[in-house]
Amino acid sequence: MRFEPRGKVSRFWTYASPVLAIALTIVGTGAIFWALGQAPGPAVYTFLVAPLVQTGGLSALAIKAAPLIMMGAGLALCYRASVWNIGAEGQFTLGAIFAGGFALAFPNLPGWLLYPATLAAGVVGGALLAAVVAALRTELNVNEILSSLMLTYATQYLLVYLVTGPWKDPQGFGFPQTALFSDGATTPTLIAGTGVHLGCLVAPIAAIAVWAALSRSVLGFELRVVGEAPRAARFAGFSERGLIWVAMLVSGGLAGLAGMFEVTGPIGQLTPDISPGYGFTAIIVAFLGRLHPIGAIFAGLLLALSYLGGDAAQVDLGLPNAVTGVFQGVLLFLLLACDILILFRVRLSGPRAAPAGAAE
Amino acid sequence: MIFFLTSFFVSVMAASTPLLLAGCGELVVERSGVLNLGVEGMMLVGAVCGFAIGHLTDSSALGVVAAALGGAALSVVFAFLTLTLLANQTAAGLALTIFARGFSALLGAGYVGVKGPELAKLSLPGLSQIPFFGRVLFGQDALLYGSLAILVAVAWFLYRTHAGLALRAVGDSHDAAHAIGYPVNRIRLGAILFGGAMAGLGGGYMSLSYSPLWAENMTAGRGWIALALVVFATWRPGWLLVGAYLFGAIMYLSLYAQGLGVAIPSPLIAALPYLVTVAVLAIIARDRRRIRLNQPACLGKPFYAGA
Repeated sequence: MRFEPRGKVSRFWTYASPVLAIALTIVGTGAIFWALGQAPGPAVYTFLVAPLVQTGGLSALAIKAAPLIMMGAGLALCYRASVWNIGAEGQFTLGAIFAGGFALAFPNLPGWLLYPATLAAGVVGGALLAAVVAALRTELNVNEILSSLMLTYATQYLLVYLVTGPWKDPQGFGFPQTALFSDGATTPTLIAGTGVHLGCLVAPIAAIAVWAALSRSVLGFELRVVGEAPRAARFAGFSERGLIWVAMLVSGGLAGLAGMFEVTGPIGQLTPDISPGYGFTAIIVAFLGRLHPIGAIFAGLLLALSYLGGDAAQVDLGLPNAVTGVFQGVLLFLLLACDILILFRVRLSGPRAAPAGAAE
Repeated sequence: MIFFLTSFFVSVMAASTPLLLAGCGELVVERSGVLNLGVEGMMLVGAVCGFAIGHLTDSSALGVVAAALGGAALSVVFAFLTLTLLANQTAAGLALTIFARGFSALLGAGYVGVKGPELAKLSLPGLSQIPFFGRVLFGQDALLYGSLAILVAVAWFLYRTHAGLALRAVGDSHDAAHAIGYPVNRIRLGAILFGGAMAGLGGGYMSLSYSPLWAENMTAGRGWIALALVVFATWRPGWLLVGAYLFGAIMYLSLYAQGLGVAIPSPLIAALPYLVTVAVLAIIARDRRRIRLNQPACLGKPFYAGA
């Protein structure tokens, strides 16, 4: 078996590759369940179907998907421009810290002011951390992969410091957590009793907005050129520096927004465990969604399902919920593997003696 | 004073060893023109494999072997994706780390809080009893001294052997190396396997000697720091040693700062090594010319030999 260049991008496989990867991942997950001593069929059902069909399943999915979609759309834009921001987790965390800090500092501001200001604080927090990464890259030539990740670790320690130190709830029985946010700073619920909050609506809107900006604006065009043909972009005089800033600020701001919704919505306070690795999962969301903000919506829903499935596997099958991480990792592996079909076709025989320049 | 100095040096050496092992492997990988961002993941798998096998066989030596094999096994996946299927190296490396976080947690679920075997400290009659020098030079475990020996061997290999020259040639221009008949992908596969085994050893050192126990995500970003150290060292083994021991010292200080009477809350001190990493990268990388002179020219670029 060997791979033969197609000479062009296959549109069919651009979209079929993730579907094939998902199908293979489901088979692979079954094999992992089997290796763990479970019957593969029922275990896969418990992992991927049961969480959806049970009561409240769809609302739980929407809540988990919201941060993934917001961050995945932002990262899609970044990666299109070949800006490798992998610190969305840290930007999410600093957004949550800024929003939480504001909500705790001014609990009694009038609601019309408090909530928008809290939201803005979250966006600023995420964008600020991303700005540090952007500045390090454009001013000091520091690789953004390493700096964004290092700042993620540092931010997580900052959160631990705040919730165990100065922001700790004096009435919290010693738990590492802040007081609950006031009503005015809490993200409104859209459907009573389900927990589906404003962020679940904002997430797809944000993804569509990013898509519109990418496909309908000159800036979006420049971003794509920088990523796909950096030399051409340089000849055309596009400012690489400016585009790095735009990509980082947008993705960081969206991550901060996601962090803000998460702590003022489902969680309601700051704790050390505000994210089960949403920022890292969002990297997979971006790739699975073909680095397309709209694709991030579908990919975000699937990966949200893997979190619900991990919880279900833990409760119903007694497995560690680390299966979620394994599922996500295998999915990304298989996606990258299937992507070879976009540029190459598989030949089962040896090289064919085709005359040079022959039409395919 | 002697007692304090001894324990300082001994602890710093122990804290530096995982960074040195993993960094040394990644240095060889990058010198061959491949960027494997999965170091953190391979360290985690090495840590859990080493601990589990060490626990099951009650032999820390077998644990060390298993750690290296675990890391190398995971690197095979990376090699297949990037060399055979020409996947984006950045994405494949990230995939490795994401997968390994979950996979190591799954493998290690039964080993949390379990006591495992510990690498034995050397004890050479007479020598190990010399004040200070005895414990620093002769009183640590074999893997720690092994890491230094491997670094010397890597430096010798890269600069003094024909195979090392071929590996550097592949990293600097895979097309030229291919044209004169070097098997580019086979050389890179060898480098990736070596890098995986070394990252696995680094993880194994964490779970069998430094900690010594298994906990989820126990490497806590050391794989990423090792990647940063390779840049810090501008891809040269001698500087890698300096960097690894410098960071070992910072990690030691961030662990024991409170014991030394520093009045900074511990979570903030724990963040210090990560911030220092960024600062150090900034100092090194702002000299663009120096980076460009030393960075393997084909780093991160896929190689397709054609029909």
